[in-house]
Amino acid sequence: MVRYLGRRLLQAVPVFFGATLLIYFMVFALPGDPVLALGGDRGISDALAAQLREQYNLDKPFIVQYLLYLQGILTGDFGTTFAGRPVGELIASAFPVTFQLALMALAFEAILGIGAGLVAGLRKGKLFDATVLVVSLLVIAVPTFVIGFVLQFVVGVRWGWLPVTVGSNVSFTSLLMPAMVLGAVSFAYVLRLTRTSVAENLSADFVRTATAKGLSRRRVVNVHVLRNSLIPVITFLGADLGALMGGAIVTEGIFNIHGVGGTLFAAIRQGHAPTVVSFTTILVIVYILANLLVDLLYAALDPRIRYDD
Amino acid sequence: MTTDPTPPGPVARPDQEHQVAPPDVVTLGEVDAVDETEAPASLWVEAWRELRRRVLFWVSAAIIVLVVLVALFPGLFARQDPRYCVLTRSLGGPEAGHPFGFDFQGCDIYARTIFGAQASVTVGVLTTLLVAILGTAVGALAGFYGGWFDTVLSRVTDIFFAVPLVLAAVMVMSIFRANRNVLTVVLVLGVFGWPQIARIARGAVMGVKNADFVTAARSLGASRFATLVRHLIPNALAPIIVTATVALGTFIVAEATLSFLGIGLPSTTVSWGGDISTAQGQLRVAPHVLFYPAGALALTVLGFIMMGDAVRDALDPKARKR
Repeated sequence: MVRYLGRRLLQAVPVFFGATLLIYFMVFALPGDPVLALGGDRGISDALAAQLREQYNLDKPFIVQYLLYLQGILTGDFGTTFAGRPVGELIASAFPVTFQLALMALAFEAILGIGAGLVAGLRKGKLFDATVLVVSLLVIAVPTFVIGFVLQFVVGVRWGWLPVTVGSNVSFTSLLMPAMVLGAVSFAYVLRLTRTSVAENLSADFVRTATAKGLSRRRVVNVHVLRNSLIPVITFLGADLGALMGGAIVTEGIFNIHGVGGTLFAAIRQGHAPTVVSFTTILVIVYILANLLVDLLYAALDPRIRYDD
Repeated sequence: MTTDPTPPGPVARPDQEHQVAPPDVVTLGEVDAVDETEAPASLWVEAWRELRRRVLFWVSAAIIVLVVLVALFPGLFARQDPRYCVLTRSLGGPEAGHPFGFDFQGCDIYARTIFGAQASVTVGVLTTLLVAILGTAVGALAGFYGGWFDTVLSRVTDIFFAVPLVLAAVMVMSIFRANRNVLTVVLVLGVFGWPQIARIARGAVMGVKNADFVTAARSLGASRFATLVRHLIPNALAPIIVTATVALGTFIVAEATLSFLGIGLPSTTVSWGGDISTAQGQLRVAPHVLFYPAGALALTVLGFIMMGDAVRDALDPKARKR
């Protein structure tokens, strides 16, 4: 187990460096001069531009910039934005909000998706199954931002049930509607995965054995069918946490949430590499850790899977 | 050629305590009727036979054919120029010749919905092709050669998988700020969309790598690479096709999302994503402006996802039995 964990974490190291290098290069390749853009229409004096370039390491070749950035990260310094704000501070203000939003979306899609998927899988071909399938197809087919606008308008403005925007008022109720919008598409995927998996396991030999030895229907479904059906679903959910955090950019825009998406979008527009790379790197780390957690969960769900090598 | 009389049913004799289940009976006539000279049906022929019987397949096929026709020949479906706009008609309701009404700029919504199909369908189809080729190549090579080669390729896949698609697209589209068109959108979605297919292809190739027919091909003198291309990839194609069909729908949605963020197609290109994003400003006063492009987009995506579903069911013998 410990050796397995160590090997997995070791393998994450090249992924970490590869991802940062790729992203740093993409920001480097962005057109336009970020220093000249700071001056706007009035322009900026040559001396000041040179000073700023030196201050932000923009006068050095690409690979030197990247290595200086890495050196900063390893000593806990994430760099400074063009406005003079430390990137670390930016991280501390943006990530908690988005993390809470993504976790709520994940809980929403897991609870509703697995629940509805289980019932649909148990009654494959019946009315409930057909209805749920059509709904899931519609949710996938309609873009997230359309769902977002319509929900915001109907639930927030017309009915006034939930706050219309979040802004600085970050709470469970204000994040409820954004979380549902963010998790909508994944909810449909979770539902379909669970349904297929449950329907397949229902006719498996071990389920017949469980029924034959006299277990109640409830126990057969909860312990034998559901537990075995959850493995593909957990895989999806694990990969989804990172995608939810990075993909929240649209949802955050609609509901005016000051999270990772908006900050990152602004930084990309400014061509500020340290912010973009730091934010994306944290997203990559979240992705790697979530996938590792999923692999460890396999062993808990399926006793046949063991990691002691 | 004698057919069996009535097959033995579950008749319990008076002295019998338990009832014996009836055996599966195949009558001699049925056995004789099988034509042994005919080659066994391939996976694809079987799948086609199964598909033909499904309503879902025909409904989705009809939607796809319609959308593709509209995308190829928009002039056949709409006479109005989508760029001809009269401000006095701003947000006007439906009238004769303009069944969907007018948007904020006074353009005919019906014409814009028809002409917008081209961008969406082109992006969807081209991206899927690019992703399928890239993903199959990388995944198949990694799964086939294994070892350190597999480790390196899998980690590269991880890197591209870990960077969120929307973010990567934002970055790359900013690089192409000056000349954005359908092809740049395809490039962005393709370059960051292939890892999903690569994983599927790797798994599928590894699944058939040790099959008897592969050993047979090798022992008949086929080179490793020829075995991969001629025997392994064709046999691993089914899951790739299914994933790609569903992905096609999601790429269309992704294009709309990029246009919505203002980093997709330029505003001069008529597209559903662009129209939806301009319509959201008038959602409160004129919901119909949002409804038609969003509805057309949803219908198209629905067509491709349902096709993917139908093909998967037809290709998967386990799902077919039930």
